[in-house]
Amino acid sequence: MSRVLEVRDLRVSFPGPDHRRFYPVDGVTFSLERGKTMALVGESGSGKSLTSLALLQLVPSPGRVETGSVIRMGETDVLALRGEALRRIRGRRVGMIFQDPMTSLNPVFTVGDQIVEGILAHFKMPRAAARERALQLLQEVGIPDPSTRLKAYPHQLSGGMRQRVMIAIALSAEPEILVADEPTTALDVTVQAQILEVLDRLQESRGMAVLLITHDLGIVAGRADRVAVMYAGQIVEEAPTARLFANPSHPYTQGLFASVPRIKGPLRRLNPIGGSIPAPTAWPSGCRFRPRCPKAFDKSELEPPLLTVEPDHQMRCWLAEEPNKNRG
Amino acid sequence: MARPFPPLVEVRDLVKHYHSAGLFGRAAPPVRAVDGVSFNVGRGETLALVGESGCGKSSAGRTILRLQEPTSGTMLFDGADVFALDRNPLRQLRRRMQIIFQDPYSSLNPRMTIGAAIAEGIEIHRLAPRAEIPRRVAALLEEVGLDPTYARRYPHEFSGGQRQRIGIARALAVEPAFIVCDEPVSALDVSVQAQVLNLLSDLQEHRGLSYLFIAHDLAVVRQIAHRIAVMYLGRIVEEGPTDQILANPRHPYTVALLSAVPEPDPTARRDRIVLAGDLPSPSNPPPGCPFHTRCFHPLKNDRCRTEVPPLRPVAGTVAACHYAEATPTLAEVGAS
Repeated sequence: MSRVLEVRDLRVSFPGPDHRRFYPVDGVTFSLERGKTMALVGESGSGKSLTSLALLQLVPSPGRVETGSVIRMGETDVLALRGEALRRIRGRRVGMIFQDPMTSLNPVFTVGDQIVEGILAHFKMPRAAARERALQLLQEVGIPDPSTRLKAYPHQLSGGMRQRVMIAIALSAEPEILVADEPTTALDVTVQAQILEVLDRLQESRGMAVLLITHDLGIVAGRADRVAVMYAGQIVEEAPTARLFANPSHPYTQGLFASVPRIKGPLRRLNPIGGSIPAPTAWPSGCRFRPRCPKAFDKSELEPPLLTVEPDHQMRCWLAEEPNKNRG
Repeated sequence: MARPFPPLVEVRDLVKHYHSAGLFGRAAPPVRAVDGVSFNVGRGETLALVGESGCGKSSAGRTILRLQEPTSGTMLFDGADVFALDRNPLRQLRRRMQIIFQDPYSSLNPRMTIGAAIAEGIEIHRLAPRAEIPRRVAALLEEVGLDPTYARRYPHEFSGGQRQRIGIARALAVEPAFIVCDEPVSALDVSVQAQVLNLLSDLQEHRGLSYLFIAHDLAVVRQIAHRIAVMYLGRIVEEGPTDQILANPRHPYTVALLSAVPEPDPTARRDRIVLAGDLPSPSNPPPGCPFHTRCFHPLKNDRCRTEVPPLRPVAGTVAACHYAEATPTLAEVGAS
């Protein structure tokens, strides 16, 4: 296995109301292997999207990645890159797609021009060859009648078609990593199924690593090799997908599973976690889930590190040390 | 089969077309958002109207409340002909028919405290003496799971889930019998979504409310709906009891919708049907069966391209498909 991305102790801070900085991403560590999919799962405000933006130094101002954070892609120390060197890994080594393709596409240029621009930014080739390549890409992402669509403007396409165009642009520089931040959240389920199929197929044919950012455990179950659950700026549980779904152990993860309505199996009343995620300016002390946790106990007042639940399965909860208390 | 819920809402042949004058006065073809839809909602019952963007489900929900005028059709509410009512009797009836939206923030006045927003309906309909209103508001906040002292706060001080609770409290303030819930949990995180779904179920039980629950997520709908009507291009293509629709769908579109729901179980078989192509434009729907351009039914033939299939009873549901008896199950499609 070859590691294409390593993130260690990533902290992202913003200036707070009282001149103290606060940390919406606070010590995130994970890695990504070639050809594999890692899912970062969490609700709004968990820090998952900011984590993905930090990978390419795209954290919006006045936020910043704190010193001590490590982001490596192979031999490259991403956080040390500036200017041209940074621009070269954006797109070329890491492609990104987002929830809303309309805001990422330029409304006054044709789809073809935008893909060609992406290709020419990374490869030296004649414009005509880039156009030929753009046509192939549209074909690859399953756009019918691609030569006509090349001349279309973004508003002339449906949401699903726009997301396919975004995928084509992200793939145009043949990145080794694709970051997909809620790629299907804005789409209808049948269109979502189409887009996920395209992503699955491309990942397989190109051996790309995928960092999938999502709130939807259903999407994770079908495709991620590993899952990291985020809460309040931290990874609170991480394991191979099958293991995490078979044995969700952090009380927050358990609460998430109990909140998800299901289409199959016996119908039961949902059993959601009470309250809502705290604001990043006010992460609770000790275990950050403590104020909402039905299993909190005296030790929860201390901040837990990632502890081992079973081989290759960690969680940020003291109950890992006392498995008997974590039943049921 | 005996109806367990006596009907409160009866909608017949509802049509809502949107006309837009084209450039230079050329008339563009109308958008046939709702194109002949009939359904009932019983007392204490939830009917879910399900479908993808542009299928007409929200237009149907708003038109039956006359938030927009219908093109044709009838809507009976507790026997009253809503589309025939004049302004004043309509206003009286509105008290008993409420709506909650996906984004309650856009329907709350940012400069009005939430207490004032909830009190507004009580005042307009003179449902309580002025002195008693604060107590009513406090009780409503409590009923939807909010702290009664929040009445003095403004909408921006609340999270998405709390705002949805405020929207629900405001709807309940006028003591309705029927609430159109237009994607009420679609914008919420899963843990908050579950809280609001449970709240809606509890309120229905305590107050005997009827809901028209408009949604695109079948797993969500399963939690709350007694019956499901599936819409496609302005028409209901299948309708039936929730468990029947989920266990034995007879319309190919329902089968495809169900198969597209991602199940949070890595060991589950994934018999996903990926429909070809995009939804046709509702201003230019295909002739014959509206679904035939994307249909995967093995018996699909020329009849589907020319003859509109009527809704008819088939094994536990009513479905608008010429070959509903032979619609393949999910497992059969997935295996092929």
